Order: sequence, then structure tokens, then C-alpha cells
Amino acid sequence: MIFLPSPGFRRREMLVSAASALMVAASPEAVRAQALNGASGNSAAIDVAGARVEPIPIAIPDLGGSDGASAQLGRDIAGVITADLARSGLFRTIDPAAFIQSGPSRGDTPNFNNWKPTGAKALVTGRTEAQGGGQVRVEFRLWDILPGAQIQGTAYTTSQANWRRIAHIMADVIYERLLGEKGYFDTRVVYIGATGPRDRRSKRLAIMDQDSENNRFLTDGSWLVLTPRFHPTQDKIAFMSYANNRPRVYLFDLGSGRQTVLGDFGGMTFAPRFAPDGGSVVMAVANGGGSDIVRTGLSGGGGRKLTDSGAIDVSPCFSPDSTQIAFASDRGGDQQIYVMGADGGGAKRISFGSGKYATPVWSPRGDLIAFTRYGGDESDFTIGVMHPDGTGERILSSGWLVEGPTFAPNGRVLMFWRETRGQGSRGVGFSSRLVSIDITGFNERVVPTATDASDPAWSPLIA
Amino acid sequence: MNTKILGAFAAVALLAACAQQADTTAGGGDKKGIVPGSQEDLVANVGDRVFFDLNKSAVRTDGKATLDKQAAWLKQYASNNVQVAGNCDERGTTEFNLALGQRRANAAAAYLKAKGVAATRMTTISYGKDRPTAMGSNEQAWAQNRNATTSVR
Repeated sequence: MIFLPSPGFRRREMLVSAASALMVAASPEAVRAQALNGASGNSAAIDVAGARVEPIPIAIPDLGGSDGASAQLGRDIAGVITADLARSGLFRTIDPAAFIQSGPSRGDTPNFNNWKPTGAKALVTGRTEAQGGGQVRVEFRLWDILPGAQIQGTAYTTSQANWRRIAHIMADVIYERLLGEKGYFDTRVVYIGATGPRDRRSKRLAIMDQDSENNRFLTDGSWLVLTPRFHPTQDKIAFMSYANNRPRVYLFDLGSGRQTVLGDFGGMTFAPRFAPDGGSVVMAVANGGGSDIVRTGLSGGGGRKLTDSGAIDVSPCFSPDSTQIAFASDRGGDQQIYVMGADGGGAKRISFGSGKYATPVWSPRGDLIAFTRYGGDESDFTIGVMHPDGTGERILSSGWLVEGPTFAPNGRVLMFWRETRGQGSRGVGFSSRLVSIDITGFNERVVPTATDASDPAWSPLIA
Repeated sequence: MNTKILGAFAAVALLAACAQQADTTAGGGDKKGIVPGSQEDLVANVGDRVFFDLNKSAVRTDGKATLDKQAAWLKQYASNNVQVAGNCDERGTTEFNLALGQRRANAAAAYLKAKGVAATRMTTISYGKDRPTAMGSNEQAWAQNRNATTSVR
């Protein structure tokens, strides 16, 4: 067994020490990774990089173990990997009923002749062993079936309670090795969970894994909360709270649970987003008959006004290279999307279709701005993307109300929320659900939540 | 096209606003059991809210009449401080509506100030589209939900 201290390996090691210093309910627990022998460099014969591809057929048998508890864990992990990859729309997971070989292979190398007839091109094998102290170790290998070559081999160790993270990390490795771009499965989503009738709505800040598991409410519903956003590198959330009837943007530390007001601008602050380096936040502050875009440091200092148009300037979002800020403004009449320099100034309108454009959000890849569009010739709201220069507009989804896109950290998937129209004076049948969609416009699906949900914001990759 | 829709909305809004006033702000004689100078008094005998046209924050003529009465009432009950809350219908985005609701609250508060209510007695807040009073998803409900609501603090 050889150790290959890849950058990813070191990063995970560092995570261990950070997490052990801080026993935190809402923060992800660390997973240690260790390279297994046989891992080859770039042997993946499956070259599927590109926008739209046939889903890759992949077989994911149980990652069995030598005792009952380990075997169950191995089944569960295989199940989570399968669900992650299938949900992405980019993989076709082979039905286990088609497996010729049901159990794990003896020895490290599978008998590929048992897997070729299933139609799978890629195969996942592994072993799960519960260890002392509530730990679990999972060996995992990814194989290219036709040449019979190992693409990846890694062993992960973490607490048994944290087994789902191992599965998500493995799903990300599979995604990246087979598709040539980073995955997004080891991520979380913050959102607003809502309960009660619409005229007496209780809204709570909530966080869950991207597959809807480990859901947790972070506030108790005493005050209205809105528009949470994830910090790009730390376990922190910027969000808007009406605490004490003073609507302000707060920083929520997931580790300590502490909430602090971000900046002091004398009026309502709202629509926050972190700068790509995480050192500051841009947001809107109410000012007279409109709102301005301001930037403030996380400790409250360094407040600076970036726009002062007298109009409603709102929903600022940095480009990933930090040089520009997209925002929405009604300075020209109807609300449209503008792009300006990171220090304000030079604002240029980029949206020109019928209706209003809102909530611009820059792709982590930098090549697209996603938005909400409404109030044009159609009564429906739409979610779309365009290039930062305003060209290439594409509508991805539409409905009675769809709003607030957020990108997965790899820029490949969007999440937003969808409301159904209530009927009659009581609005019977109203619902609010999170939805994910591939940026090609395919593979739209509901993201299950315990309550009505809105305002999703995707986390960066955790590790 | 847009103008036509706007016009239609505005007409419905006016109708709905009248209906609303007839329902909840009958005006005229005092109702039994209501303490003068209380929030209930404001709602029942003065009118606690004014309505706005689609995407607009200008106080309408009917709204000015209500705010005139509010100003007189606040002069009568000089120890009352109030909060003016701006609200929007559901046909916009959360973030833009927060700003629009603030505009509406500011517009109503500015009118009250012009009518002699000291600025120090008033605070403003915006709930955007998050505090609808009418739960329907139709023009009538939206017309009611585009408002600035005054409440005793």
C-alpha cells in the first residue's frame, strides 16, 4: 500500500485538525482519504467531456464488509453513490438485478468478464469495515471495464455516523474521473423552510446535504428570515433577518451558532452575497426612495457605497474573478441586469428582452449569469442564463413563479424555487418547492424538503 | 401591451381598494368596545392602510384621503407612535420587492410628515412580498397586498 499525498489528501488531513478543534453540529465532519495502490494517472478511456453526452453506464455493487454492520454500511454507501450519480442525469446506474456477480470480488481486481455483459463501462468496487471507536474505513476502486484498468483507488476513514460524506466524496471522485470536471455531491444547501398559512407564515433558516439528507433548522421561526448565502470557503452564512423588527443582513457562524449584524448603514440591508475570496459581502441598503449597493468587511468595517443612483439597485453578485459585479436596477424604468466594475462605476445594461430581469448570479465558471425574468409578454416567470455581455440568452425553466437561481460549485447545475398558484381567495394548493436543473435545460427535478422551501443557496465543495 | 396590462391591473386595483375600504374601514361612527386611540380604533374608524398600483409607490388619491385621516388621528392621539410597513404583491422577486415595499412605506410616511406628523413618531419597515393579507393568487388579492400599513407601536 502506497501513500500518494495528493493536494486533495492534504486538504482533507487539514480538515481533520480543524474539525477536531471544534465539535460542531452544523459543520461537516472530516473524512480522511488515503490512496490505494494501482491508481493510475489519466488512464480513463472514457472520454466524455462535453456539454451533452449519453449517460455513462456504471455498475455500483454493494461495498461489502466482513460482518453484518459493515455489510449494511457498504450497502448504504453504494446506495448513496448510486442516487447521487443517477440524479445528475449524466450516469446510468445499472440495475443490480442485471449483476452476474452479486457479492464483492475476492482480491482487489474484479473479474471483468462478469461485468461486460451488464453494459456497464465503469465499475465501482470496495470494502467497508467498521472499526473500533465508532470509526469506519471504506476502500474504494473505480474501474474502466473494457480495458480492465483501475482509474482510482482510495481508502477513506471517518466516524460511522459520517458515512454519507464518504459516499458523496466517492461520487464526486467518480464524476470527476469519468467526466473530467469537478463534482458537486459533497455539498450542502441552505434555504428558507416555511410553514403555516401564507398570511401567518413562519420562516426558518435551514441547511441540508445536497441530496436533502441531514436537514437541520438553524433558526426557530421567531423572526422572518430570507435569502441565505454560503461563504465560499468557511462554514458561514450571510442572510437577512427581521430580528427585533430591524431587517438587516447577518453573518451566521455554523460552528458557534453566533449571529452578527454585517455593517451599519442606518437602514434595511438585504440581498447579500460574499466576495469570491470570502473577505467581504456586497448587499443592498435602503436609501430614500431606492437602494444602493454597498460592500462591507465581515467584521463590520470597511463599509463602502458602490452605487448611488437614486433608483432601486439590488441583488449584487461578484464575477468569480472578483473584477465585476452584476446587479439588478430599475434606474432605466423596468428592472434590468447591469454589470459594473468591482469598485462601482461603469455600469452597463446587459439584459434587453421583454419584461423584467432580476437576481443575477454569476456561474463559478464565469461564463454565464443566471437570472429570474418576469412581467413580459408571458404571465409566467422564467429562469434563464446569458453570457456576461448579455448575449446567448437561454430560458431553462418557467412556471407560475420560479425564482432565485443558485449554481452548484461546478457551474453545471442550478437550483431555484418554484411556487404553484393558489386557487380561490384562500390560495388553496399553493406550494413552494426547491428544484434543480442542468444548465443545458434538461433533468429538472424537485429537491425534496421537509417543509415548503425557497431561497436555496448552494455551498462550495466541502473538502 | 405592457401599458394595456397595467391599465387593467390599475382598474382592478381601484375596485379592490374600494371593496377593501368598505369591508374593513367603514369610517363614520365609533364601534362598540373599541378603545379610542388604539390600533383597533385606527383600523375601524380611520383606515390603517393605503393601496398602490402595480409596481408603483406613488400615494393614490384614495390613499391620500386615508392618510389625511391618519394624520388627524395622530394629532388627536399625540402620544401614539406608529410603524408604517410597506408590502408588495407576489408577482415580483423577494429582493426587489423588499426595496419596493420600503419605497411604499417611505411614500406613506413622507405624506404623513407633510401633513404634520413628526418624523420622530414614525418608523418604516418593508416586508416585501412576505406579509400578504390576502392569500389568493389573483388581481383582487394582489391589489390588497400592495399596501402601506400603519400600526401603533
